[in-house]
Amino acid sequence: MASGLHNSDIPNPVLRWIDQRMPVFTMMQKEYGSFPTPRNFNYFWNFGALAMVNLMIMIATGIFLAMHYTPHTSMAFDSVERIMRDVNFGWLLRYVHANGASMFFIVVYIHIWRGLYYGSYKAPRELLWILGVVIFLLMMATAFMGYVLPWGQMSFWGATVITNLFSAFPVVGEWIVQLLWGGFSVDNPTLNRFFALHYLLPFVIVGVVFLHVVALHITGSNNPLGVEPKGPQDTLPFHPYYTAKDSFGLVIYFIVFAVLVFFAPNYLGHPDNYIPADPLVTPAHIVPEWYFLPFYAILRAVPDKLGGVLLMFGSIAVLFVLPWLDGSPVRSMRFRPIARIAFLLWTVAFFVLLWCGGKPAEEPYVTISRFATAYYFAYFLVILPLLARLEKPLPLPESIARAVLGGGPLPAGAAAKPMEKA
Amino acid sequence: MLRNSLKALAIVGGLIAATPGAQAAGESVAIPDAGFSFNGIFGTYDRASAQRGFQVYQQVCASCHAAHLLSYRNLRDLGLTEAQVAAIASQVQIQDGPNDEGQMFERPGRPSDRFRSPFPNPQAARASNNGAMPPDLSVIAKARAGGANYLYALLTGYEDPPAGMTLGEGMNYNRYFPGHQIAMARPLNPDQVEYADGTPATIENMSRDVSTFLAWAAEPEAEERRAMGVKIIIFLTLLAGLAYVVKRKVWANVH
Ligand code: HEC
Ligand code: HEM
Repeated sequence: MASGLHNSDIPNPVLRWIDQRMPVFTMMQKEYGSFPTPRNFNYFWNFGALAMVNLMIMIATGIFLAMHYTPHTSMAFDSVERIMRDVNFGWLLRYVHANGASMFFIVVYIHIWRGLYYGSYKAPRELLWILGVVIFLLMMATAFMGYVLPWGQMSFWGATVITNLFSAFPVVGEWIVQLLWGGFSVDNPTLNRFFALHYLLPFVIVGVVFLHVVALHITGSNNPLGVEPKGPQDTLPFHPYYTAKDSFGLVIYFIVFAVLVFFAPNYLGHPDNYIPADPLVTPAHIVPEWYFLPFYAILRAVPDKLGGVLLMFGSIAVLFVLPWLDGSPVRSMRFRPIARIAFLLWTVAFFVLLWCGGKPAEEPYVTISRFATAYYFAYFLVILPLLARLEKPLPLPESIARAVLGGGPLPAGAAAKPMEKA
Repeated sequence: MLRNSLKALAIVGGLIAATPGAQAAGESVAIPDAGFSFNGIFGTYDRASAQRGFQVYQQVCASCHAAHLLSYRNLRDLGLTEAQVAAIASQVQIQDGPNDEGQMFERPGRPSDRFRSPFPNPQAARASNNGAMPPDLSVIAKARAGGANYLYALLTGYEDPPAGMTLGEGMNYNRYFPGHQIAMARPLNPDQVEYADGTPATIENMSRDVSTFLAWAAEPEAEERRAMGVKIIIFLTLLAGLAYVVKRKVWANVH
């Protein structure tokens, strides 16, 4: 690129002056204004924007919580309750943050489900998908450490159980566990480092989200038909079409969020976490937060500790290689009658695991978890690779516009128009 | 499109409905609904009942149980006047200091003080209770599945043990306590307190009152929270309608 002032066509003189020297407005206009977007998104395509908003909500509420929170074993529990009682609107901050974590996982699970159903992980979007899985892992680490901060019984015992898992690894296991603990048990050093990391990781997530979006804007979005846009008749400018559609979705999301925060703020939590942590009293059932339950069920489905840990990590690791496991060139499940059923069954297996994870590790839940775990993996490792060879997909539509608008001539508004100021 | 958003909603609903499994607690008996006024969407705390409940807490429970997250000034929320709160606080002696000579000293309590705890440390609490620890009651209503309904059930659930069951030393049979053996002896007996408003001090009344008080103590923000929630949800519903109309209008020429 030649150096020198950028050739800006921003009308406002002040903004143009900035834009000539640092073309951020041109970039925003290109990436979020006129960005050509498939015209046939359904509401599943709202969830990326929702996840972005959710991340910002978590950071905003988290920073204010951190101003009042004390990361010390003897004060953490009381400091959280102090936030709830003595800080102006502290109860709102804390309940938005705690339920925001649940909303974040609901949103991201739907976002991932969308990717699996419509084949968004396939070429050329493999890297975009992998960055998404990285975000998911970072989110899990962040939420796990956040849940330790209020230092209730589930904070303490959840942290003990989960960190102990690493001891299953041969040779380095003990060393990793001591590194996580900062000593020989979950104690004050653990709380301190978890707080530091819980503050840090969301900003790492912001960084990876940025890369995720960069990758998205190179390949463009997938769509419910899974066929690439072939020209302007297949796309619409992002603004105002999808800004308007996302705004509606966002308000619906806020309604669900508000119902949780204002009317059932502790529904998704565990009552034991309002008992201050006590290393001498083990709760009857130690259960992680709901969004970890499917993976917790996979862990407990295996009788061997190391095997369970490997399978649990494997259940996410398999997502990284998914683009190469599913060799079918057809993206959308709409055109894959058999894979579609196999995937809907996978969704059922996921919910079954979620349910089993909250139950005690006894029969019949263990056996049920085993079947569900087996299917979870079989879908990725056996069914998809086989179907890529065996399944006969339905005929794909010629183009998005043909499929959406019918066979006739394209109506006047159909071609993408350059953005106009309303 | 609508079908898809319904699908999305169904998934959210499914996620939420599937989770109470996570609440799995110790083996326990189903807790009956005691019909508290504050459990509904528009529910509020019955102030008179909560004030009587504070009296029960202060005269009975406070000899064993701390509630150190509460301050005396918080009682103003229950409708007590500034003067009443000051009088209640001044009845306790609080350790303060060190003063200019470096000595700790005792002084009468002030409204800004936290509720004084009956024991200086957990060891002292256990020593006075046969080794059992009376838990702090500040957030007990949030810390037990069933909340205030559980507290009411627990306090009214003392019975003779079923035939053939031998209780551990110093243990008492309770229908609703997980495992049925509780180290706390029946704390309430008829006419244990004298209510100024003439309410009969039956075990049921006292249990109901103190459970109301403890529910308020655990969630003093609940009324403000729900009132704000109602307004926000009405606002968001209108906004959703507006956003939908705008979306329809923007999309009108491309469908
Ligand atoms: C003589 C001391 C004493 C008094 C007075 C007392 N308690 Fe307790 N309480 C205890 C002890 C000790 C325990 C622990 C019981 C156990 O863990 O088995 C306990 C436990 C409890 C629990 C927890 C039960 C659970 O689910 O773990 C509640 C709630 C409770 N008390 C409420 C009250 C209330 C309300 C009052 C006043 C009406 C009261 N207590 C009066 C000693 C007392
Ligand atoms: C990816 C974004 C984030 C997620 C998923 C997340 C998740 C969580 C969770 C699950 C809790 C426990 C809530 C509870 O039960 O009380 C928590 C607590 C906390 N978080 Fe976060 N968090 C995020 C971002 C942040 C940020 C950026 C900060 C600070 C700058 C922060 C500061 C805190 C503090 C101080 C607490 C303790 C207070 C409390 O427990 O309510 N969080 N977080």
